[in-house]
Amino acid sequence: MSDLVEFRQQFWRSLAVARKDIRIYYAKGPVIIYGVLMPVFLFLAFTIGRSLPAESMIPGLLGMILFFTATAVSPIVVPWEAQARTLERLMAAPVKLETIIFGDVLASFIFGAGISAVPIIIGLTLGITIASPGILVLAIVLAAFCFAALGNVFSTPPTNTPATVNMIAAGVRLPIVFMSGVFIPLDELPAWGQNIAYASPLTYFIDIARNLMDGQGHLPLVIDFLAIVGFTVVFLIIAMKLHHRTMPRRI
Amino acid sequence: MSVNDKAIEVRNLTKRYDGLTAVDNICFEVRKGELFGFLGPNGAGKTTTVRIITGVIKADDGTALVMGSRAGSLKAKQVAGVVPEMANAYNDLSGWKNLLLMAELYGIASGEAKERGEVLLKDLGLLERKDGLVKTYSKGMKQRLILGMALISDPQILFLDEPTSGLDVQSTRLIKSLIKSLNDKGKTVFLTTHDMDEANQLCDRVAIINKGKIVAIDAPERLRIATSGRRSVEVSFTDSVSVNNLARLPSVNEVQKIGDKYRLYTDAPGDLVVTLVNFSASNKLKIISLNILAPSLEDAFVALTEKEHGYV
Ligand SMILES: Nc1ncnc2c1ncn2[C@@H]1O[C@H](COP(=O)(O)OP(=O)(O)OP(=O)(O)O)[C@@H](O)[C@H]1O
Ligand SMILES: [Mg+2]
Repeated sequence: MSDLVEFRQQFWRSLAVARKDIRIYYAKGPVIIYGVLMPVFLFLAFTIGRSLPAESMIPGLLGMILFFTATAVSPIVVPWEAQARTLERLMAAPVKLETIIFGDVLASFIFGAGISAVPIIIGLTLGITIASPGILVLAIVLAAFCFAALGNVFSTPPTNTPATVNMIAAGVRLPIVFMSGVFIPLDELPAWGQNIAYASPLTYFIDIARNLMDGQGHLPLVIDFLAIVGFTVVFLIIAMKLHHRTMPRRI
Repeated sequence: MSVNDKAIEVRNLTKRYDGLTAVDNICFEVRKGELFGFLGPNGAGKTTTVRIITGVIKADDGTALVMGSRAGSLKAKQVAGVVPEMANAYNDLSGWKNLLLMAELYGIASGEAKERGEVLLKDLGLLERKDGLVKTYSKGMKQRLILGMALISDPQILFLDEPTSGLDVQSTRLIKSLIKSLNDKGKTVFLTTHDMDEANQLCDRVAIINKGKIVAIDAPERLRIATSGRRSVEVSFTDSVSVNNLARLPSVNEVQKIGDKYRLYTDAPGDLVVTLVNFSASNKLKIISLNILAPSLEDAFVALTEKEHGYV
């Protein structure tokens, strides 16, 4: 079988994995709570009482919702499957581990990218304008995929308790939100704050969104995009490597 | 056995779990079309072996081939249907959706999958409930569905790890007869079980594994004969008799008291019957019942797994 044929087959099968995830895991309570409610409340908590203009608030809200929703499903799918004892069946199927992981990431990506429409619609009704909608869509797509891959890295510790994984994920997600210029634009951060911010993939997405909505970007768009792609590659490699090690220990 | 006749070929397979050797340098072959039983007590290493052959975990040493392809490769997985031990279907999907998901993972065209799915669900007695969520199924229904999920890709070889454990008589019968008829149609079946009757009724050959090592591989019938030291005569008398007196009789290997009966293990059951009749006459006893028991597969199993080193 040629590599190309095999690649195409595995890609189709990863779509089947993603569809299964979407059908099963999106309706679960923690996904809704960690993915949708949490960022909204968090954002309200930090913005209420500060009379900020919409165009400086919406990029942060968009970034946070995209980040939380895209990392909501991918951390828990594998432990959940292991706990429900459906994982071994999946691992015995003619799909590579990469195919399973890619499918899980894809499901998370779709969830994140889809829900990002909500803050954008809110922003548009509040009268913000988007300089180049095409670039924003591209940024959402790439960033959602990047965050979904990061979420998948959270699921690599060999525990089969979704609650534990959710705790690990929450413990990483919150600091990331605080260091990414969600509430304070990069320009207004001190130098050390900026240096920390550069370590977070969310920083670059919010920078793109600010650039397009507020004209207040800190870095050139190209750098932002390259950073997001770079983070994605690193997260995917880490996730695959670690899952190869821990997946057989789950069953 | 030529290369093309082999459905499974296992060579020097070893798997260690920190300190414990779960599978210890085992070798065996399964012919195409064979219904092969894999028997062993709890913790013997059956599931570990199945997991290696089905590509779910990796061996530390040795090789396993499935239909000529390395275990764990996409090719090997593609031709196999698997019912893992204690596996579940997706509870939040319907039985039908579970089947179609499996079909997609095996790359089965949707038309073909639906056609085969209908037939399978009918054979498995699940057709009426196919659109109900799996969480509303009974245990037996779930297990039948899992068998259906293993069959949706029309696999050449079927791996079943204790497919009937904990099920009622009806589900067990249905699954057993389905396994039998699949094998009659030419599918190779690798069946792990605790149930000696099941193995005896279904399997062409069985391997007995104990503490990670294979202690015997043969047809069930021949295993029974090979362990004929376990043949026995069961006798009961009007009065109780000392076990020691019975044990002293010629050609008796071992005596067990089972309720009001005595079971005497022997190599020569015919001679022993005569001896017992004489024994009862000289002790003024009457015999109530006397049966020569053929060795069961269970006896063979016990004999082989109690010894540290069996015969191969
Ligand atoms: N993931 C694991 N980690 C550590 N030890 C394991 C693991 N899986 C199996 N073992 C050990 O390996 C040995 C063989 O286990 P295995 O599950 O293969 O037995 P089995 O023959 O299938 O038993 P059963 O009839 O109870 O299903 C056991 O001692 C078990 O405790
Ligand atoms: Mg087992």
